[in-house]
Amino acid sequence: MARVLLFGRLADQAGWREREVEALDLSTLRARIDQADPALGEALAAPGVQVAVDKAIVRGEAALSSTSEVAFLPPMSGG
Amino acid sequence: MIVTLTNQPFEPGALVTTFCADREETGAVATFVGLARAEGGAASALELEAYPGFTDTAIAEIAQGALARFALQDIYIVHRVGRITPGEAIVFVATAAAHRREAFEACDYLMDYLKSRAPFWKKEHGPEGPRWIEPTARDRTDAERWDKEP
Repeated sequence: MARVLLFGRLADQAGWREREVEALDLSTLRARIDQADPALGEALAAPGVQVAVDKAIVRGEAALSSTSEVAFLPPMSGG
Repeated sequence: MIVTLTNQPFEPGALVTTFCADREETGAVATFVGLARAEGGAASALELEAYPGFTDTAIAEIAQGALARFALQDIYIVHRVGRITPGEAIVFVATAAAHRREAFEACDYLMDYLKSRAPFWKKEHGPEGPRWIEPTARDRTDAERWDKEP
């Protein structure tokens, strides 16, 4: 079980900000989310949405463990 | 160097006083305070979301970048998270250097990076409901100008 965190407009769209998802890699995790909520799956794959695994940005595929934290980060806006 | 995220309002003047204390070799302290705007009534509140453990690390890295780039002695950054009402301070940046040019430039650099590259998500609440704010093209080009200069 990986812990999935959503931020910003992604959490509003999904209606949740934290959830456990059973997946051993990022592509499986995306597929499971897409299966449950295709609109959210599409939003998570949109350009400008970054992914952090255990608080480090990853591009492409990543292996996940039962303690992994996967965060989906829409475009950021500070200050 | 201090980087703080807080969900409580802060008084910028008190932060300047703290930052300036006991500095015998500092010739210049530059500060920037960002305030929440009412946008003529269009914005009743801002909501700023951070990712604890990720956002603070990213800001500390931005600050390390400024320390490496400019002849600085110290940096102090305080950033609000949570619900912020118009007139309240959102961000405070102070830089200390031996001379003013480095202090000014580093403060400008830090704000450009915070505006476009710090991991925050900003929602504006107004009469027409909430909307998420994403960085403007201007915010991006402001940060990119530091990529070109030496």
